[in-house]
Amino acid sequence: MKKILSVVLCVAMVMLTLSMTSCSNNANKVTINVFNWGENISDGQDGSMDVIREFEKQTGIKVVYSTYESNEAMYNKIKAGGVSYDVIIPSDYMIGKMIKEDMLYKLDYNNIPNYSLIDDEFKKAENMPFDPTLEYCVPYTWGRVALVYNTKKITEPVDSWDILWNEKYKNQILMFDNARDAFGIAQLKLGYSLNTEDETELKNAAEELKKQRSVKPVYAMDQIMEKMPSENAYIAPYYLGDCLTMCDDNEDLAMVIPKEGTNYFVDAMCIPATSEHKAEAEAFINFMCGTEAATANIEYIAYSSPQKEAAANHKKYLIEEYGKETAELVYPTDLSNTEMFLTLSPEANQLMTDLWISVRSGS
Amino acid sequence: MRKRVATPYMIWMLIFIIVPLVMVVYFAFTSSSGGFTFDNIIKVKEYTGQFLQSFKIGAISTVICLILGYPMAAIISRSREHVQRTLVMLCMIPMWMNFLLRTYSWMTLLENNGIINNILEYFHLPRLQMINTEGAIILGMVYNFLPFMIMPIYSVMAKIDYRLIEAAQDLGCNSFAVVRRVILPLSVPGVISGITMVFVPSASTFIISKLLGGGDMMIGDIIEAQIQGGANNLNLGAAISLVLMVVVLITMAIMNIFGDTESEVSLI
Repeated sequence: MKKILSVVLCVAMVMLTLSMTSCSNNANKVTINVFNWGENISDGQDGSMDVIREFEKQTGIKVVYSTYESNEAMYNKIKAGGVSYDVIIPSDYMIGKMIKEDMLYKLDYNNIPNYSLIDDEFKKAENMPFDPTLEYCVPYTWGRVALVYNTKKITEPVDSWDILWNEKYKNQILMFDNARDAFGIAQLKLGYSLNTEDETELKNAAEELKKQRSVKPVYAMDQIMEKMPSENAYIAPYYLGDCLTMCDDNEDLAMVIPKEGTNYFVDAMCIPATSEHKAEAEAFINFMCGTEAATANIEYIAYSSPQKEAAANHKKYLIEEYGKETAELVYPTDLSNTEMFLTLSPEANQLMTDLWISVRSGS
Repeated sequence: MRKRVATPYMIWMLIFIIVPLVMVVYFAFTSSSGGFTFDNIIKVKEYTGQFLQSFKIGAISTVICLILGYPMAAIISRSREHVQRTLVMLCMIPMWMNFLLRTYSWMTLLENNGIINNILEYFHLPRLQMINTEGAIILGMVYNFLPFMIMPIYSVMAKIDYRLIEAAQDLGCNSFAVVRRVILPLSVPGVISGITMVFVPSASTFIISKLLGGGDMMIGDIIEAQIQGGANNLNLGAAISLVLMVVVLITMAIMNIFGDTESEVSLI
């Protein structure tokens, strides 16, 4: 028995030393932690470019990649501490919130020469209200919220958010399962600003969402991507790029931007103030802005790219694959009928959460 | 010696049970700025309706599990030894798979355009609205938690001395009286721990209701919404959790009183 034990221990020790030496070989390599949305980077599937491996190969910097499923989940993880991420890609209002709370580094744009490839529209303070001094982020994708619906089941013209309240489609309607996006739709329907902090307006929006409960909507996020193509529901609001992916999976699906207008969002790359490898993180951001990586990413994600050359490539690809109409939906020239989410005050956020819970428990 | 053996477990419990509990209590009684406050606990009152709804769904699931699980446990405990082993195995096998995956498969079955509805349509029967209903949540709970009801009841029943049953029969009990006066009282501890093991997780679950249920949030969903939602209110989330824990503890204490009067077999 003792013999066996000593053999096992010996083997374990040898293994340990071996793994330690292999570690020391990599000691000069820096590792950065990248924290991104799920399904938000080209990963080498179907012959696409494996962006992260390519970055590692070109720079020798190792990347530990992990994903989150909501801005809030990402924020809470960083806020709770104990983790150190070097690159994150939150959305507009969350970037604003993190800037306010001193959670982001100011970027050194000299280390990001490819920033020059970003469209000038994204370097105007009035287009970037969440980062008005343009010091904290580099835009990664942008897009709008659209309606995706099954043309076999819904034959009437779809052009308004009202259809999500239509009794005819009871049990067949999907709805955003997060307060901000769901309230956004009710606010658009009522003609309010998406960033209202007015108590009455928020309460009215909640009333509208309560009324919607009579059509028994299913509240979902990622599951929308599965439920719509498999025809388990007729209509859903979702992000336009993902709607396009769904239309790819089922040719009976179509998408539309409702006439009341919609939410316009920008996801941008930032460096949390807890990062220990800021220069390497900036190298990663720079790489992501390169035309090759940006094109691969945007074709995988199917959102809209703020990188000029990638956007041109993507537009060309969309026209070839889907036609001019779709290309114009993804890259609209006129964004006047859209509004961006801005950071709400903690009080407004708490009120919205409370109202959301009351919407979701009043059957 | 015995003390030293227990040390690692004590440290483990301290770090992973006691410390988190203390943190929940701490967050529940502080405001976001860190000062002591009762506001969070008072605010929990607003969620009374959701508490009741969750307990109702939890109670229904528990009763169904009991009705299904008790006879099953009795059948297993009365079969021959190798049959017993097989049956216990069959109860446990589904639990080798993550419950999330199993719940997803129920989604595929129950969907509007899912497998069951397609079979119905094939036979020209009307489609059913199954997903997005309270029934679907209860089905999901019963399916997921049934083994937790069967196992404790079975383990108690398997230990019942068969001579007691024979004695009852010799003394003139018919089979109904044997069940009522001998088997039932002796299996109460198993039933009690089965009820606790089903009721507690089903009342506080959040993912099953999200995947199978319609729009209604259960109390677990509300805790998640407070912590992961836009409000990021850890304090209120902790307060709701604390109240939930206290309510569950009280329920369990009441149940234990019933259990103790019947038998001295300890609970799981």
